[in-house]
Amino acid sequence: MAKMKFLCDSKRCIECNGCVTACKNENNVEWGIQRRRVVTINDGEPGETSISVACMHCTDAPCMAVCPTDVFYQTEDGIVLHNKDGCIGCGYCLFACPFGAPQFPSDAAFGERGKMDKCTFCAGGPEEDNSPEEKAKYGANRIAEGKLPMCAEMCSTKALLAGDAAEVSDIFRERVIYRGHNDGAWAQTTLQNETDLAYDATQPKA
Amino acid sequence: MRLTKKSDQPSATSNTSGLGLSRRRFLQNSGIAAGGVATAGMMAPGMMQQAQAAIVPTGAPTEVKRTICTHCSVGCGVYAEVQNGIWTGQEPAFDHPFNLGAHCAKGAAVREHGHGDRRLKYPMKLVDGQWKKLSWEQAIDEVGDKMLQVRQESGPDSVYWLGSAKFSNEQAYLFRKYAALWGTNNVDHQARICHSTTVAGVANTWGYGAMTNSFNDIHFSKSIILIGSNPAEAHPVAMQHILRAKERNKAHIICVDPRFTRTAAHANEYIRIRPGSDVAFVWGLLWHIFENGWEDDQFIQQRVYGMEEVREEVSKWTPEEVENVSGVKGDQMRRAAKELAENRPGTIIWCMGGTQHTTGNNNTRAYCILMLALGNMGKSGGGTNIFRGHDNVQGATDLGILSHTLPGYYGLSDGAWKHWSKVWDVDLEWLQNRFDQKVYRKLKPINNKGIPVSRWIDGVLEDKAQIDQKDNLRVMVCWGHAVNSQTRGVEMKKAIEKLDTLVIVDPYPTHAAVMSDRKDGVYLLPACTQFETSGSVTASNRSIQWRDQVIEPLFESKPDHEIMNLFANKLGFGEELFKNIEIKNGQPVIEDITREINKGMWTIGYTGQSPERLKLHQKNWHTFNYDTLKGEGGPISGEYYGMPWPCWGTAEQGHPGTPILYDTSKPVAEGGLTFRARFGVEREGQNLLAENSFSKDSDIRDGYPEFSDKLLKKLGWWNDLTAEEKAQAEGKNWKTDLSGGIQRVAIKHGCSPFGNAKARAVVWTFPDKVPLHREPLYTPRRDLVSKYPTWDDSESMYRLPTLYKSIQDKDLSKEYPIILTSGRLVEYEGGGEETRSNPWLAELQQEMFVEVNPVDANNMGFRDGDDVWVEGAEGGKVRVKALVTRRVDEGVVFMPFHFGGHFQGKDLTDKYPKGAAPYVTGEAANTATTYGYDPVTQMQETKVTLCRINKATA
Ligand code: SF4
Ligand code: SF4
Ligand code: SF4
Repeated sequence: MAKMKFLCDSKRCIECNGCVTACKNENNVEWGIQRRRVVTINDGEPGETSISVACMHCTDAPCMAVCPTDVFYQTEDGIVLHNKDGCIGCGYCLFACPFGAPQFPSDAAFGERGKMDKCTFCAGGPEEDNSPEEKAKYGANRIAEGKLPMCAEMCSTKALLAGDAAEVSDIFRERVIYRGHNDGAWAQTTLQNETDLAYDATQPKA
Repeated sequence: MRLTKKSDQPSATSNTSGLGLSRRRFLQNSGIAAGGVATAGMMAPGMMQQAQAAIVPTGAPTEVKRTICTHCSVGCGVYAEVQNGIWTGQEPAFDHPFNLGAHCAKGAAVREHGHGDRRLKYPMKLVDGQWKKLSWEQAIDEVGDKMLQVRQESGPDSVYWLGSAKFSNEQAYLFRKYAALWGTNNVDHQARICHSTTVAGVANTWGYGAMTNSFNDIHFSKSIILIGSNPAEAHPVAMQHILRAKERNKAHIICVDPRFTRTAAHANEYIRIRPGSDVAFVWGLLWHIFENGWEDDQFIQQRVYGMEEVREEVSKWTPEEVENVSGVKGDQMRRAAKELAENRPGTIIWCMGGTQHTTGNNNTRAYCILMLALGNMGKSGGGTNIFRGHDNVQGATDLGILSHTLPGYYGLSDGAWKHWSKVWDVDLEWLQNRFDQKVYRKLKPINNKGIPVSRWIDGVLEDKAQIDQKDNLRVMVCWGHAVNSQTRGVEMKKAIEKLDTLVIVDPYPTHAAVMSDRKDGVYLLPACTQFETSGSVTASNRSIQWRDQVIEPLFESKPDHEIMNLFANKLGFGEELFKNIEIKNGQPVIEDITREINKGMWTIGYTGQSPERLKLHQKNWHTFNYDTLKGEGGPISGEYYGMPWPCWGTAEQGHPGTPILYDTSKPVAEGGLTFRARFGVEREGQNLLAENSFSKDSDIRDGYPEFSDKLLKKLGWWNDLTAEEKAQAEGKNWKTDLSGGIQRVAIKHGCSPFGNAKARAVVWTFPDKVPLHREPLYTPRRDLVSKYPTWDDSESMYRLPTLYKSIQDKDLSKEYPIILTSGRLVEYEGGGEETRSNPWLAELQQEMFVEVNPVDANNMGFRDGDDVWVEGAEGGKVRVKALVTRRVDEGVVFMPFHFGGHFQGKDLTDKYPKGAAPYVTGEAANTATTYGYDPVTQMQETKVTLCRINKATA
């Protein structure tokens, strides 16, 4: 069975937000909800590094553990989904999530959060695959069509990878081999001595 | 010239709450609360999706259309899914050779064009300060009558036709022809303020003023120097190719920019230069190159003229002087020069950071000379990879929406008019009589360069006795143009107010509709986007791509060529304009226009790309190699994707296109080329033709001049022409022979139709023969002004007096101590009207800002997130948010230029027609920018001026 994961190659991510608008486009996500966003550290300074983050579809998902109405479920592929019908908008999942993935509509009446929305790995929700109901509530179900998440498929530099963890790590490993050891090809500026991020993430760190 | 006859030569034809706004950190606290929530209220949530669900029944059949992103010149392929005429899906085009399915924020959001909620929906006019709806008929009638009246009173030159890089090739060509038939050269488009200095500087160096290689070819580069270019924001998918070279080819990347850009963050070396010191910087590199003998002697000897004079100038640019002028230290200069020398082939990439200067032509030529010295030209992995801006700015330039030339860079000479009137099948005399017949400064308007877009405001405001035409500009037509991308916003407002009539033809109302205090005399005509029509578009690498029509025109909008038809008929020259172009259902047939382009564009080889060939390429994206762009098997094996121009001869001759310019390692018939013989054969006793260098399989084993009937006869090749070709080729040359025979025979003998010459490092026809560093008009370095002064004022350039010295002489560096520069954001394009009207993009950038170094902010007494006034040296000021960041150096501030809809502190959002205001508005950076124009092309100066900043109170 596949285990679906994202990996964002920080050495390639250029903070172009292609992944962000691809998600908006594919899932008709309303203004104010960001299923995916790009985070930059050392903004405007040597060492500036960006990564694109969404729901990580954690194997042992904290949102799932804390939800009082138990709306979360995990697909066979390891994708963490939820049933909006049961969501009471309490926001506990957001509190639990290390990545801030759960989102709440901002137009709901004052004091109310509205139903939680988050990245579905483009795998829809509990309704029938690709039914109008599923589309309206959760957006696309590309997985059911044999496709991969739109954000990764449209990433401008192929920084964002999505798919079966084994395949994703193969692609990444190949890149690391090309890049060579530490700063072989990737030192950011000669003025700087930061540790290179292009370690082989698929191997346990020494 | 030596000839070597070869026997039986086979003829070669054939943030959590920041919401992705992490970079603009202040927004997390302020902007999002103010802008975001307010704006969210403006749009019903889930609106799009509901609208679609209502119209498209589930299971409706899906049609897939192939089109090209309309936002930048990378030219990314798009699969558009259409159900019941509604654009319901967008899939990545994994098989497209430029982008492999990838997109930046803009390309990944193009499906919004299928909604167009904030579009201009029907023709409108301003009456007593209110927008009133009109019918198309009434609009064309009223505007047309006004134009005819102005023509009567002030001559045809008083109507200005400002076209667009957003046109398809066919529309661009038609627009230039249309202006010609109206009888004026007052026609121009964004290329003037984008890469005009590239086109002129580069063409005057080696023949053609275009990107020499391609995005894909960067895969083969061993070093990449970017100067004044930030592809991570402006051409993001280009970064896919650049990073690939970095990873796979260990390419060394040097990023030279006053700002530490997102591109710089991915470079091996970042070099910060003072804005406006490009020539000094490049000469500084060359100083080390010459000093150490790193230049390519053989290449220079065979293929370059005038390098000795450059050497002389370079010798003055010692490491000390370079540091003094550009701010870059000697050891960093040496290291960079060494990397470039040791990692060949290498490429140079430049954009607006280099071009948009008073000294733009000097900059672009210096970049070329650097590549010539290193012997990087005409090689895979080398070249000058000049990234153009808008999706079709290359095509619109080639097709001549320019005030100084007809399509194909033929110029405005009598010969050029003769050539085109023949192609157009119109009577030359009739055509000449369409123009004002008076002579101004020895030139008739038909042969005189028109007023460039950068200066149209002067065409309105200048004393008419000082302009080389009958009267001021009275009617301004902005057809696909964002005026906020132009400098001197305060004067522009005055100009708009002085006009008789302002006509805006555009999918959106634009900043021009709201920035002035006019109460009437403004017309808005809704044009549609390229997704609502079909046609071809030229990417930066010169590949021509075909676009399918995705959807029917939205609302009451019409395609540009249909609007041209309406106007031409009203104005009385429709018959001549469409003589050989069929009109079907009110629309000129696009393919007929493509064929007419093929018929006349011999200079740059737009002749072989017939609509049939273009469509075949479009259907076979998957057959082209990702590195070389060459078709591998399939129906178009051996051809290069999009037949990058020049694609010589006629379509039947089957030239594959030229993927790399001036590459002598291939035969011309297979896409090889030499430097063009454009500047004569000899100068001061020195040979200007190539020496011992020629393209593969050339029958002439040395340099040679351009081909003409006479040369063919001299070479004994005349009889290679067919009888029919002979009849047409007599008295003609490779540019004017409409049979294509001269080109065919030259190529058959392995020769470039345009000759084989040296590139020239000196341009004796330009104000500076050798590119010189000259201080910007507004400079804080007063100590350098006497040593590196600007030019003297000129009485007339492009019909207008143009100031240099008189501006530079005034020292404003005390009152305005800070350098102001400008640039792009990834989410927006150009003036931004279209992209700020796309909610998926607008949400990501809600606030106009100025980047200021922490030292300056502290000295000037404001903090990150404060409202500040940025006041330019000519008094124009904008109220924006301060973004305090080390991205910019002390003494330099940066503003993005995509915002509009505010003016000097006033929010004008309410002045847009109802429902047509963009989601995001803000101050236009160019309200604060100042005077300054390149003497060769009238490029505007947007990259260096002076300003002061004050914290805004209340
Ligand atoms: S996987 Fe789909 S839903 Fe999740 S961020 Fe990507 S595009 Fe959005
Ligand atoms: S599209 Fe790719 S490169 Fe661009 S921000 Fe997203 S992950 Fe980064
Ligand atoms: S704007 Fe340019 S880089 Fe971005 S998707 Fe469109 S063509 Fe590609």
